[in-house]
Amino acid sequence: MTPAARRYIFLVAGAGFLAFYLWGLAGLPGFGRYPGPYGTVINGIAVAQTKATGVVSAINFSYRGFDTVGEEFVLFAAATGMSIVLRHLRGERERPALDEAMDRTAPATSEAVRMAALLLAGPTVVIGWYLASHAQTSPSGGFQGGVVLATAFILIYLAGQFLVFERVSPIAITDATEAVGAAGFVCTGLGAVPLGLPYLSNVLPLGTTPGAVDSSGTIALISFFVGVEVAAAFVLIVGELLEQALLVRQEGR
Amino acid sequence: MHIVPFVVVAWIAGVGLYGLVTSRHLIHQIVCLIVLQSSTYVLLLGVGYVTGAVAPYFYDIPVHTPAVDPVVQALALTDVVVEAAVTALLLSFAIQAHKRFGTLDPQELAEFKG
Amino acid sequence: MTPHVAAVTTPYTVPAALMDTLQVTVLVLVAAGATAVVLTRQPVRQVVMLSAYGLLLAMLFMVFQAPDVTLSELTVGAVVLPILLLLALAKVRRREE
Repeated sequence: MTPAARRYIFLVAGAGFLAFYLWGLAGLPGFGRYPGPYGTVINGIAVAQTKATGVVSAINFSYRGFDTVGEEFVLFAAATGMSIVLRHLRGERERPALDEAMDRTAPATSEAVRMAALLLAGPTVVIGWYLASHAQTSPSGGFQGGVVLATAFILIYLAGQFLVFERVSPIAITDATEAVGAAGFVCTGLGAVPLGLPYLSNVLPLGTTPGAVDSSGTIALISFFVGVEVAAAFVLIVGELLEQALLVRQEGR
Repeated sequence: MHIVPFVVVAWIAGVGLYGLVTSRHLIHQIVCLIVLQSSTYVLLLGVGYVTGAVAPYFYDIPVHTPAVDPVVQALALTDVVVEAAVTALLLSFAIQAHKRFGTLDPQELAEFKG
Repeated sequence: MTPHVAAVTTPYTVPAALMDTLQVTVLVLVAAGATAVVLTRQPVRQVVMLSAYGLLLAMLFMVFQAPDVTLSELTVGAVVLPILLLLALAKVRRREE
């Protein structure tokens, strides 16, 4: 199929898509004119029911917790899938990390980058931890905190070498951490089942002050586990790609 | 003002699709896919917006202040993070395709049969 | 059009015209950013454009009163995604040498 034919077919299909989209748009109430009852209802009752002032996280981990389990497993499957897809093909070998590259010299990392990365790695861990543990209070939560924690490990790679990154986050331990995070989420939900309540009900004590760190029962706990799992998944993903980019070699080169 | 965000959503989706269809490099295609997904985030948040309302966090404002819809924000939030992991999986497919066939041009890759 | 709630006012509401201008400006910038990302054909340059586009999207989400999504988009779209893409590009470019 020539590029011109491809473009023509795209224009025709795009026009059809646009027609359907405009038809759907005609049924929407317009931007800013929100009619639906769910948003208003949840905003009104969430704080009283879960003692969590961050309504979005309460929805994520309590009201629609089952959907979040599904999304977390998409993350888990993607990280595992990467390890499987990037397995060594026939004819490849992994050269040891200490081998100096004869065929390529990388530019030396500038001192400014290394200093900045080193200085920022510690505060990034603190910020990630804060985000992962304050889901019930403010705009934070397990997902954001996990990604910020993973960024701290990437900063360690930037500040040093791949060897340091590998020593700080060996694949076996990262795998185990990710599994602990995912299993922790699932088991926190299972904790409600022996009491005769639906899966993922909020059974831990709800606390007294809405939005305090120890309030909102299972929401804080689930957010912590999600943070651990997301951080481990992203460290695993970046570690796999780094290994591919730096270590894996074709036989005979 | 009442349809501007939805027009922008259609524009971003159209532009992303155009880049996806006419691309000559697998990594360029993956970035166009990211742009296409970002249009859905704008659509989600545009549907839930209430004119004049505040963000749905009540730790420093009274509990019954009118706020925007938090359900679509919860959807978009998990969406953003999971999309990055799926993009990583797509990238690993691109790397393996390059190793196997030596090329990253999707129109050349389409001609290979197994 | 379906029936809807009237615009609400809270003690924290800014004048509607101001909010409208802000939102339309950021929306136009986002549309332009998306076009720029797609039209950049060189992969490495496109990754840098994607990082800037992530920042624009984060601003848009902030103006739509969604700070949680802003945080997610900032960390993922401006930091993690470009790193993944650059690593994949480095791997591919190394094999072409």
